[in-house]
Amino acid sequence: MIPTLNHYLLLSAILFAIGTAGVFVRRNLITILLSIEIMLNAVNLTFVAFGRALGSVDGQIIVFFVMTVAAAEAAVGLAIVIGLFRHKASLNPDSFASLKW
Amino acid sequence: MLFYLFGAVAIVASLLVIAQRNPIYSVLLLIASFGALSGLYVLLDAPFVAVIQIIVYAGAIMVLFLFVVMLLNAPHEDTEEDLETPGVERRQLAGAGVRRFGGLLAVGLIVELWWALTKNGGESGAFPAPSVASVAAIGRSLFTAYAFPFEVTSILILVAMVGAVVLARREPITRSPRRGSPGSPDVP
Amino acid sequence: MTPLLIAQIGLTLFVFVMLLNSAAIMVYVERKVAAMLQQRLGPYLVGPKGLLQPLADIIKLLFKEELRPRAADPLLFALAPIIAATAAFAAFAVVPFGAETTFFGLLDQPMRLQVADVNVAVLVIFAISSMSVYGIVLAGWSSNSKYSLLGGLRSSAQMISYELSYGLALAGVLVIANSLSLTDIVNRQSGAWLGFLPRWYVFLQPLGFLIFMTAGIAETNRAPFDFPEAEQELVAGYHTEYSSMSFSMFFLAEYINMVTVSAVATDLFLGGWHGPLLPESLGWIWFLIKVAAILFFYVWMRWTLPRYRYDQLMQFGWKVLLPIAVVNLLVTAAGVLYFGA
Repeated sequence: MIPTLNHYLLLSAILFAIGTAGVFVRRNLITILLSIEIMLNAVNLTFVAFGRALGSVDGQIIVFFVMTVAAAEAAVGLAIVIGLFRHKASLNPDSFASLKW
Repeated sequence: MLFYLFGAVAIVASLLVIAQRNPIYSVLLLIASFGALSGLYVLLDAPFVAVIQIIVYAGAIMVLFLFVVMLLNAPHEDTEEDLETPGVERRQLAGAGVRRFGGLLAVGLIVELWWALTKNGGESGAFPAPSVASVAAIGRSLFTAYAFPFEVTSILILVAMVGAVVLARREPITRSPRRGSPGSPDVP
Repeated sequence: MTPLLIAQIGLTLFVFVMLLNSAAIMVYVERKVAAMLQQRLGPYLVGPKGLLQPLADIIKLLFKEELRPRAADPLLFALAPIIAATAAFAAFAVVPFGAETTFFGLLDQPMRLQVADVNVAVLVIFAISSMSVYGIVLAGWSSNSKYSLLGGLRSSAQMISYELSYGLALAGVLVIANSLSLTDIVNRQSGAWLGFLPRWYVFLQPLGFLIFMTAGIAETNRAPFDFPEAEQELVAGYHTEYSSMSFSMFFLAEYINMVTVSAVATDLFLGGWHGPLLPESLGWIWFLIKVAAILFFYVWMRWTLPRYRYDQLMQFGWKVLLPIAVVNLLVTAAGVLYFGA
C-alpha cells in the first residue's frame, strides 16, 4: 500500500528507539556516539516527512540545521574521545567512572 | 514498494550498528543506513536534502568517525582483557540488566512515539499532491526567513573546529632544562 | 518496452562500456605521451604502433595470482576496490555528453544523452566523489600493513581537503548559471559573443577553471599531487597489498575519475557539446575533443611537474587554494549582482 505519513513516522520512531537503546546498551564510546547519530537521523526523517505532508519547505531547512549541529557535535565529541583515550587506553565508559583524572 | 525496501535496510543496518562488536563494521553499517535514509528523502520529494545527507553525513562525518576509529585502533568490546579483570561476573550481570532495560526502553519508546505522533484526529495522513520544493525555494527561505540561524550556525561550526583542534592536540611536552638529553621526547 | 526504454537501457550499457574503453585508451595514451615527452618511443611492439598494449596489460593483470595477506580483514579487503570502482562509474551517470537526439528519427521523442537526468546533477557528482574516499581509506586499513595505512590515510585526507576548493569553484559557476542541472548549464553556454568568442564559462570564470582543475587533479590523486601513491615514497600506498583484478579495479577507478573530472569540467566551463561547424546532434564529437584535450593536459602535467611533498600539498590546499576559491566566489557573486547577468 502507498506509504502515508504514518508509515514514515513509525519508521522514524523505530529508528529513534534503536538509537536510544544503543546509547544505553553499548559499552564503547564510539558506538554510543554512532547511536546518537542514528537518533538525529530519525528526527531528520520526521522533519522531512512532516514538511512534505504540510507542503512547506521549512522541514528541509530545519534538517539542514540539524545536520550542521550534528557535524559540530560529532567533531567535538570525537575530540573528547581522543583525549580520554590518550589518558587511559580504554573506550569503555565504565573506566571513566571516577572523577579523579 | 521502494519505501519498504529503504525502510527495511535502514532498520536492519541500525540494528546491526548497535549489535556489532567491531567498531569499523558499525561505522560502515551506519553509512549503509544513511544511504537508505537518503533514498527515503528522495521518495519524500526532497532531493536536495538527500544529496546533502550523502555529502555531509555519509561523506564527511562518517569519514571523521572512521579516522578516529583507525587512529585509536579501537579495540573490540569484550576483549580478553575485559574478561580477565576482576569483577567480571558482576559486570556481566549488570550488563544483562542494562540490555534488558535497553530493550524495554526501545519498545516503550516506539509505542509512545507512535501514539504521540499519530494522534491527529484519525486521518490516515496521506500525502497531498507533490508541491514544488525546489532548491531555489530552499535557498530563498534560508537567506531571508532563516538568515539569523544560518549565521549563528557558521559561528557554531567555527567554535566546533577550534574546540576539536584544541581538545585533540597533543599536550605540549614540558621540556626538561637540559634539551637533547637522551630519552627526551621528540617534538610531536 | 517502449523504444524510449530500450534506448535508455542501451545508452546505460553504452556509457558503461565506453568508460571501460576510455580507461584502456588512457593507459596507452599515458605511456605514449610520456614517451614523447621523454624523447623515447614508448610501447611499439604489441600491435601496430603499440596500439594493442592495453590489451596485453589487461591480459597480464588477469593472469596474475590474487593474493590476500593473512592478517587482512577479508570482508573489507574485498570491499574496498568494489567501492572505489563503483563510485567512479556512478559519478558519470549524471554527466550529459550530447544534446537531445532522436537517433535519426527512430524515437518519437527526443532523449537526452545522459544516463540519469536529475535536476541536482552537480551535487550528485560531488556526493558520489566523496564516497570514493571510502574505497581508499578501507583499502589502506584492511591491508594491515604500515605502508598501506599511511598511504590510505594520507590519500583520503588529501581528497577531503581538496573537495572544499572543488565545491567552491563549482559554486562560482552555479552563481552565474542559476541552476544545478548540468544540462541547463551547458545549454546556457551556447552561442557566441561578437560572433567568434564562444559563450563558455571559462572566459567568465578563468580563476574558477584553474581552481577546479587543480582540485580535480588532487581529488584523483594524480601528479603533482600523487604523494600517497608515489613509488619512491610509500611503495605503492594504499594499493600495495593488492594484485591482479583488485589492483586493476583501483587503476580503473583512478582513470575513470580522471575522465569524470574532465567531463564535468568540459560541461561546466568549456561549453559541453557546443562548438562551431557541427550541427547540434553531432555535438558529442566536440565533447569528445574537449575531454581529450583536458586528459592530455592531465598526462602532460604528470610527466612534467615534480611531485609535491605531503605537507606542502596540504598547506597548499588549505592555505592557498581555499582562500582563492572563496575570494573567487565572492567576486563572482558581486559581479552577478552588479551586472545582473
